[in-house]
Amino acid sequence: MVDVRTTPNNVTAALRDAGLTALISFALFLPLIGFETVSNIRNELVLTTRWVLLFSLVAIIAGGRLSYALVIDPWLKRRAMKPAKTEASPALAAIGKWFVPFAVGFTVVYPFIVLATAGTGGALKWVDNFGIQILIYVMLGWGLNIVVGLAGLLDLGYVAFYAVGAYSYALLAKEFGFSFWILLPLAGCLASFWGVLLGFPVLRLRGDYLAIVTLAFGEIIRIVIVNFVALTNGYAGIGTIPRPSFFGIPFNADDNGFAAVFGLPFTPIYRTIFLYYLILALAMLTCYVTVRLRRLPVGRAWEALREDEIACRSLGINTTNTKLTAFAMGAMFAGFAGSFFAARQGFISPESFTFLESATILSIVVLGGMGSQIGVAIAAVAMIGGTEIMRDLDFLKQVFGSGFDPTQYRMLIFGFGMVLIMIWRPRGLISTRAPSVFLKERKTISADLVGEGHG
Amino acid sequence: MDEGDDILLRVEHLTMRFGGLVAIDDLSFDVRKGEITALIGPNGAGKTTVFNCLTGFYKPTAGRIGLRHGGVAAWEALETLTDSSQRHMAHADGSLFLLERMPDFLVSQTARVARTFQNIRLFPGMTALENLMVAQHNRLMLASGYTLLGVLGFPSYTVAERGAIDRARAWLDRVGLLGRADDPAGDLPYGAQRRLEIARAMLTDPVLLCLDEPAAGLNPRESAELNELLLSIRADNNMSILLIEHDMSVVMEISDHIVVLDYGVKIADGTPEAVRNDEKVIAAYLGVPDEDVEKVEAEVGA
Repeated sequence: MVDVRTTPNNVTAALRDAGLTALISFALFLPLIGFETVSNIRNELVLTTRWVLLFSLVAIIAGGRLSYALVIDPWLKRRAMKPAKTEASPALAAIGKWFVPFAVGFTVVYPFIVLATAGTGGALKWVDNFGIQILIYVMLGWGLNIVVGLAGLLDLGYVAFYAVGAYSYALLAKEFGFSFWILLPLAGCLASFWGVLLGFPVLRLRGDYLAIVTLAFGEIIRIVIVNFVALTNGYAGIGTIPRPSFFGIPFNADDNGFAAVFGLPFTPIYRTIFLYYLILALAMLTCYVTVRLRRLPVGRAWEALREDEIACRSLGINTTNTKLTAFAMGAMFAGFAGSFFAARQGFISPESFTFLESATILSIVVLGGMGSQIGVAIAAVAMIGGTEIMRDLDFLKQVFGSGFDPTQYRMLIFGFGMVLIMIWRPRGLISTRAPSVFLKERKTISADLVGEGHG
Repeated sequence: MDEGDDILLRVEHLTMRFGGLVAIDDLSFDVRKGEITALIGPNGAGKTTVFNCLTGFYKPTAGRIGLRHGGVAAWEALETLTDSSQRHMAHADGSLFLLERMPDFLVSQTARVARTFQNIRLFPGMTALENLMVAQHNRLMLASGYTLLGVLGFPSYTVAERGAIDRARAWLDRVGLLGRADDPAGDLPYGAQRRLEIARAMLTDPVLLCLDEPAAGLNPRESAELNELLLSIRADNNMSILLIEHDMSVVMEISDHIVVLDYGVKIADGTPEAVRNDEKVIAAYLGVPDEDVEKVEAEVGA
């Protein structure tokens, strides 16, 4: 066993190490920070020195190195020697058991909790910006989870199907006046049609190549939308998209509007709450279908495909069709979400369907743990809710001065969080796999054994 | 027609070239129904290539691979089928398949030839039971109405799934893995993984089972168990088995018929007894005595 306690020998070695680090940083920062050229009033360059800054930097670096060698490194080593805990504690198991019913219950009563605490004006923001926004991404995450998490096909252009759904609804509703309830399934069908269309040529590619082509497909759809001005109005986007009605009753201030019919005072919150329950139902549908599909032969074939494609073919599974169904399924849910998005916003433009959206949805899936429904939902709440909540961190202005704008640091904090997750939980928040069928007991399967798919 | 002519699989003039390399050269042999046929030969002789051609993973450069379902009289349709552009043909007495014309998944799905792999290819992140459920994919797919009825929760699928689980349970019991049904396949010991792979192949309901080195990496006790398993599969299911094997204790003990390959050419074909004493086979495995080198070189034209 290696002795990692602090001994005199260790201290000298650490001091020598810190001294060397100080020397190197001094040599590096001397020209970079130690000297500065400033132009004076006659526009001459004057060399000035910044010794205090230089030496304080060197001191910070040397001190950091010393503390790493004396404190952090031994701590890490001690931690690595301890056997990893294998059994989850009973408290954690209880949380795991009650988490899902609690979470579902909470999402159902959420608008009323907000309404009760924040009043009508505040609730609009909390239900719309948080509730609806997060649920859209939960749904998109669950949809992409079919393609990436279950079938193991890396899709970087998922937003294309979202865009197809949104534009299908916007154009068909405006041109032909179809209702939301007709167009919702239609948008899903159109999106999955495009999914199959893309899938046919692309699915013979694997891994990185598949990822690049799907990325290109996402861009193609966006660029077509930008340039096909006659149909899509290009960058200007499509406005005044008809809103969904409550079984034929519109949400407006008219005499036949929702508020008047139910004898309530008119406020825009009713529409928002209706939209909230609509997306909640759609997201639950996505989850329900995915969970069911996992227990059907097609779902098992997806997972088998992720594990070993050649073995699948030797068992008589048509891998092309199986991949296509995964692509079509994922695209269909994106289409549903897209048409909901268009109906909720009332305005869509290509700006909403950039690669960044695909990347966000994919990182929700990866962060949550590929294949895990709960993990993806938690990741969506953390990522979308987290970025939204950072818009509201006004108290930070008191700490960092009034010039501090927390929203500008959103991406920095977000990136930092991603790095930490990748270090601690490289396979996502929930990385274990639950078997789809069992004889005696359902044992979770460790992530080490589960494949990630290679195309 | 007597027992010995009960041909199930007929490989004729099979040739496979990879660029300039001739992996299999004009190979012909037969597999009879209900027999265990072994394909042996030194390393690099082209045995696995033969398997890959049979199961559709490779498209052979030339040759014909015929397989029959049903009665022996089905072979009468072979020439008609070859002249047509079809993959299989029904006959009053059964049906015929030309495996070289079929993509890999159809070889398993319609021609019902199952295979295992030299380096085990289980689904490591799925449980043993799930592995066996995936093997019954096509049957269950039909029962779930191509997913549609299954999603809606029709009882026909529930019944079919219960049947599939029972079949899987029976096979798990047979290969001695019932206690580990809910463990991931990747966690099983090597010998158990081999047995599970055989059970998985059997659950595709094949007429011919192709095993690529089933005894590789097994200890003597495990390979003795494997012998018993294979013999019981042949006896209980009247299964025809084609296997590649290096372990002579397996080959000589259970095979009814042995085909020996060397550099892609068939050098012997017969009963274990005949093959064991065949000079060419001994030469291919052990080399020849010094005094015979010239004679043999003249024979093979080197």
